[in-house]
Amino acid sequence: MQTFSYRSVSTVEEALAALASPTARALGGGTDLIPMVREGRRQADLVVDVKGIPELGRLEIDAQGNLTIGAAVALHRVYGHPEVARRWPGLVDAASLIGGTAVQGRATLGGNLCTASPAGDSIPALIVHGATLIVAGPAGRRSIPVAAFCIGPGRTVLGPGELLIAIQVPAPRPRSGAAYLRFIPRNEMDIAVASSGVALQLDAEGHIAAIDVALGAVGPTPIVVADAAALALGQAPSAEMAAKLGAAATAAARPIDDVRGTAAHRKRLVDVLTRRAFMAALHRIG
Amino acid sequence: MTQSNGFKVIGTRPVRHDGVDKVTGRALYGADVRLNGQLYGAMLRSPHAHARIVAIDTSEAAAVPGVKAIVTGADLPHVGDQIADIGEGAVNLRHLSANILAGRKALYFGHAIAAVAATSLTAAQQAVNKIKVTWEELPPVLNLRDAMAAGAAPLHPDVFTDELGEKSTTPSNIAEHLRHEKGDIAAGFAEAEVVVEREFVTGTVHQGYIEPHSATVQWNADGQLTVYCSTQGAFGVRREMSEILGVPISHVKVVPTEIGGGFGGKLNVYLEPVCALLSRKAGGRPVKMTMSRADVLAATGPTSASIVRVKLGARRDGTLTAAQAWMAFEAGAFPGSPVGSAAGVILAPYDIPNVVIDGFDVLCNKPKANAYRAPGGTNAAYAAESMIDELARALKMGPIEIRLKNAAREGTRRADGPVFPRIGFVETLEALLHHPHFQSRLERATGSRRRGRGIAAGFWFNWGGTSSASAQVNPDGTVALSEGSTDIGGTRTSIAMQLAESIGIPVNLVKPQVVDTDSVGYNDATGGSRTTFATGMVAYELGQKLREELIAHAARQFEVEAAAVRFEDGAFRTDGKPPLSYFDVCGALRDTGGEIVASVSMRTKGEGPAFGAHLVDVEVDIETGKVKILRYTAAQDVGRAIYPPFVEGQIQGGVAQGVGWALNEEYLYDKAGHMLNAGFLDYRMPTALDLPMIEALIVEVPNPRHPYGVRGVGEVPIVPPAGAVANAIFDALGVRMTELPMSPARNIAALAAAGVAA
Amino acid sequence: MSTLAVTTTLNGETVTFLCEPHETLLTALRDRLMLTGTKEGCSNGNCGACNVILDGTLVNSCLVLAAEVDGHQITTIEGIAGPNGLHPLQTSFLENAALQCGICTPGFIVASKALLDKNPQPTEREVRHWLAGNLCRCTGYDKIVRAVLEAASAGATKE
Repeated sequence: MQTFSYRSVSTVEEALAALASPTARALGGGTDLIPMVREGRRQADLVVDVKGIPELGRLEIDAQGNLTIGAAVALHRVYGHPEVARRWPGLVDAASLIGGTAVQGRATLGGNLCTASPAGDSIPALIVHGATLIVAGPAGRRSIPVAAFCIGPGRTVLGPGELLIAIQVPAPRPRSGAAYLRFIPRNEMDIAVASSGVALQLDAEGHIAAIDVALGAVGPTPIVVADAAALALGQAPSAEMAAKLGAAATAAARPIDDVRGTAAHRKRLVDVLTRRAFMAALHRIG
Repeated sequence: MTQSNGFKVIGTRPVRHDGVDKVTGRALYGADVRLNGQLYGAMLRSPHAHARIVAIDTSEAAAVPGVKAIVTGADLPHVGDQIADIGEGAVNLRHLSANILAGRKALYFGHAIAAVAATSLTAAQQAVNKIKVTWEELPPVLNLRDAMAAGAAPLHPDVFTDELGEKSTTPSNIAEHLRHEKGDIAAGFAEAEVVVEREFVTGTVHQGYIEPHSATVQWNADGQLTVYCSTQGAFGVRREMSEILGVPISHVKVVPTEIGGGFGGKLNVYLEPVCALLSRKAGGRPVKMTMSRADVLAATGPTSASIVRVKLGARRDGTLTAAQAWMAFEAGAFPGSPVGSAAGVILAPYDIPNVVIDGFDVLCNKPKANAYRAPGGTNAAYAAESMIDELARALKMGPIEIRLKNAAREGTRRADGPVFPRIGFVETLEALLHHPHFQSRLERATGSRRRGRGIAAGFWFNWGGTSSASAQVNPDGTVALSEGSTDIGGTRTSIAMQLAESIGIPVNLVKPQVVDTDSVGYNDATGGSRTTFATGMVAYELGQKLREELIAHAARQFEVEAAAVRFEDGAFRTDGKPPLSYFDVCGALRDTGGEIVASVSMRTKGEGPAFGAHLVDVEVDIETGKVKILRYTAAQDVGRAIYPPFVEGQIQGGVAQGVGWALNEEYLYDKAGHMLNAGFLDYRMPTALDLPMIEALIVEVPNPRHPYGVRGVGEVPIVPPAGAVANAIFDALGVRMTELPMSPARNIAALAAAGVAA
Repeated sequence: MSTLAVTTTLNGETVTFLCEPHETLLTALRDRLMLTGTKEGCSNGNCGACNVILDGTLVNSCLVLAAEVDGHQITTIEGIAGPNGLHPLQTSFLENAALQCGICTPGFIVASKALLDKNPQPTEREVRHWLAGNLCRCTGYDKIVRAVLEAASAGATKE
């Protein structure tokens, strides 16, 4: 077991000062960090508990309908918020899938992002919802699109001493819907073998006005299916379109064989999941 | 009040005696033990699947503040080639000793190498990290085919194949080849009009109890060892400690704690001897050690991966004429897989005139296999029941029809020798046949979902063994019952109920407790589905003794001969006098001859073989390969259900484990033999969301050789599920799944190979 | 690294205990406060045996540092029964034979209490979903799910 020190902070400034040490790590829900550090899979001499910073605990929808989720907001608050559930269903799909109930009582979207697992459930969902991240660091604040956040398994663009403050999710566009689906061998308590998030918007004629597809667990980072727009924009949604998107997902996937699944199965799964997520997102346009 | 079954207590559902402690967190399990002055132990485990230990340097570890003792395999006394019977199989103690702490070689990933005791767990773990081992890595043998191949490097220089009873002269990874024969196999297949044959493969699985192993041991300066641990058999622990440590058995007292699941995995010691050695080195301070979940999965008794081939021959009318089975089981690093019991189970449900069964016990660089609920039964029945299904389809017979036609009955001789006494397989099949589930039509699904229904049967021997118990009647009429069968699933109550029935008193007057090895006579382990049968039989005899004594006391109070006294409905009666209540007699014991104390010890006989028949509906998503269990009905002849909800619970729990084994559970290793999924995240046991309600259909064909008809319940229900699910998947997809687990990726691959498109 | 003093409300009583910064709440409950009803099954959030209620929310105590609970409220299995006896869930578990070995039982009862506090009339599916983070190896879940549903229908809400 690795030992470490603990400090609880109540302002961003305090947190940044503490995180200036290269062996310090920010503690949100702790559901990834605590076992990882205890089992020696992550190094830390100092754990900085950021849950006491009010800004990191905010869960707000502003007047323009944009959502801000503090990096330390536990998942059960996200999916338990009726307005969030109504307006960002793809995000809620993901938030309610991570771990079991007791994990969701503690785990955060911020932590899921910073762990940067290729299979992190919230990341594809946040990508298709067009979310951006607010980060504070020694050089001040900056914002990063979620799609650009992860750069490898366990690696993000966060620089030394930087702290994830919040996730900003834009207001859903009119006539839009989203869904996130993952495949796991059990029905709960598993890591995604493959996953797919789809968000789409219809124009007044019922044609696809915007579409985003992002995949999880089929590459070192979540993968945005770049061909999705070309395949779908301006056309009426259909089962054929779903099939084409599924094929595009399979083509975009770069899976490996590992303890959780085979590359062949994953290629097949992103096809299935993308088709099904597309139909689910379409069905949600109300 | 007497119930419809003719009993007053048996068949009722009292609140279990240990219930309040277990719902309030008060019950003390292995890791809940805390002794004054205790030290904390931690274990260094092998990072290699197969490696020679060249040197162990503990000097840096010893310098960690708080460290009080360090031990390695060199601290274990030499143990000769003794065989000790510890319950579910013979264990070679020399190998058992080397499994406790490695000798010259580490034989599997996770093999215990050295241990530290310190004043805190953190210090102990830090010290373990500072032990330096010089390794010489050796190529591992990781599967049956490699291990059995001609010229395979042997794991041990001193294991020679026991070839049908004859020892071979060159070391081998095949520890044993056994064979059962009945009739004339060639003639049987010649007579057959339809022959089916197939090979099946199953992965390594774990018992998966939720409580990790934990032991606290104190080795006193006077030589007395006290062991607190979570075990299925305190007396087995006592004997293993005595033999592994080379101390007289009288020097060892084992205090069993509550036990958080075992399923065969807590029959043997792992930590206890190490804690003892550490305690002695630390000047007699108690040492406590608890495994992590990763240690439990990587280094304690999983059950064997196996290859099983089955060939069946039958006439057109469905009569089986011949059967041949060939099975190889991974024993892990030391001999002793459950291939023997698998060979007894595999064709037991059927009356087949001509049979040959070959079994091989095979070494490889994986943890030593241990018993797991009906050891070997699931592997065997998965193959055999798949082939019965295939045969039935070839003959266009119904799955229950073909099993009824060939069902074993009283007088049928098994291929491994024994002749069945009164058994209830036919009644079990008939119960399933008439059940609404079997009579219902399976609704077909739409889209990418396919549904199917499967049936499989299963057998388990059950076991008697030795049990002892003592009891005394208190002045307030309660009866204190001391027993030595550790209670994994409510046996305090099922035994107390048999005692109460035998005496003729309400069960709430019995106060059962499980006591230490110095406080009760010898008991074999809680395993083999024996406790409610055998310790229950002891409780019956004990009840009869107490009842006789009580009647004698009442007679003295009546001033009549004992033969003139009857004990009925809670009162003692004799002609011409007013009755004495049970409580009156108990309150007057001191004046009528003194307190009543009795004890009984029996090497029981007459265990009742038992059968189950399971019916399952599944839905397979042919786009993802995932299998959903829609409905499950499990019929089983239990002899007599002493406590029906516990009987149902045993059946439901066995089904759940069997379904996990069928669908997702398996050990995953890399090419170097490192276990990749030693945790509950990736060793995927079923959750509440993975199962429907499981209907347990209790069939009662009483065992005539038990006073209340008990057969034993716990093991049968894990035998049929894998075969039943496989047969349901075949029904859904038309694809015969020949490898466990039938995981989504494997199902998709099988569908692709069979050319079934989504 | 230094020993910390933590003050918390535990089962309704204010307690102060010392712990190391890397210690989990599970370790502190069991080894510092001698409340061994909270069980350790895996220590990484995958079995639920260590479930406790923290400020009204169900959590795995193996995934919370002891230091984090300073100033917070914790309910463990030892705090589920009231002064007048067992909680209806505890009674229902006993009456429905919803435990065999009993090691997972404290976690299931704590988790079920958190469920009924939030959703007093759950469906079978909701019970199974809520309890999917609690592993039981003995029962096949059937009797556990029935026990929770029965306690719910009997109105076992906040004690």
